Amino acid sequence: MSLATQQPAFDQPGLVGASLATPSDYIELLKPRVMSLVVFTALCGMMAAPGHLNAITGLISLFAIAVGAGASGALNMVYDADIDAIMTRTRKRPIPDGRVASAEALAFGVVLSIFSVMVLGLASNWVAGALLAGTIFFYAVIYTMWLKRTTPQNIVIGGAAGAFPPMIGYAVATGSVTWASVVLFAIIFIWTPPHFWALALIKSDEYARAGIPMMPNVKGPDRTRTEILIYTLILAPLGCVPWVMGLGGTAYGLVAAVAGTAMLWFAVQVYRVREGEAADKAARHLFGFSILYLLLPFAILLAEHSFGLRF
Amino acid sequence: MPTRPDPDQSLVLSPAQARSRRARNVAIGLGVGGLVILFYVITIAKLGSHVFSMFDGS
Repeated sequence: MSLATQQPAFDQPGLVGASLATPSDYIELLKPRVMSLVVFTALCGMMAAPGHLNAITGLISLFAIAVGAGASGALNMVYDADIDAIMTRTRKRPIPDGRVASAEALAFGVVLSIFSVMVLGLASNWVAGALLAGTIFFYAVIYTMWLKRTTPQNIVIGGAAGAFPPMIGYAVATGSVTWASVVLFAIIFIWTPPHFWALALIKSDEYARAGIPMMPNVKGPDRTRTEILIYTLILAPLGCVPWVMGLGGTAYGLVAAVAGTAMLWFAVQVYRVREGEAADKAARHLFGFSILYLLLPFAILLAEHSFGLRF
Repeated sequence: MPTRPDPDQSLVLSPAQARSRRARNVAIGLGVGGLVILFYVITIAKLGSHVFSMFDGS
């Protein structure tokens, strides 16, 4: 690079290098859609917990959990900017699109991580704060920096990061980790592989181009379909455990059983239909339904505990 | 090699840059203000009803 190109071009209109980033670009770094799912599952954990929780403390805690989740999303985008630029789904994200500088996003993510943990610890308790700190570390370091690029089991182990929010919510209310919160954690943990592998089956070309060792690229689509089915076979009965434990009522039990059966049916379709457009369609259906599978039973659990709709 | 202009000249932002900087400044201001309110609310929520017991003379 010549000296001339290193110099700012002062004759250009405007200051060269001055950021054009807007607040909405920074909000996009927080992955708002993931944040909303985190808030929802954390709220479920919080409401399902025994005892009374101050409403203000609960709201502030939810806010802190959301910001913590967003911060880990920003750190993920910093590290993954190179592969995000390759995939169509992610290439318009603020860093690969050139709207936010990597260093700025890193500072943003680190500052928000520290503040979210601090606020959660101060507003509720330090068990919840420590769990949030662990979740951010797990997602940004263990999953993003290590597992994602090295093993096809990346989203299996990394799924723990997405499974922590109901446990954090439960800890906000109780100050502890109990079997009930472990079960809520386990449901999301076991749900994650069939959910992401259904998407990976459709997008395997893109993942291969980006060099991410997703299950379909490394072990093949057939092995992926088998594993999707195995995980769903575990998930369907596991989803009913909160009802067995008394954490969820009859409505929860019914919805979890029906949703689990439907999820299993979609997984069987993915297992059976392996060729052509129909195979893609089956995987797309499973991916779409898996989102509903998580939302519905948790929404019932939330309604049962929030509005006393327990039968 | 380009000549170095007047320092004031080098800090002239384009309208788009100025607009986005202003938006960022407003967001930072709101964020800091929000944090002040947040810590105030946490303090009051933590103190709860105990905040009034200091005035009861007991």
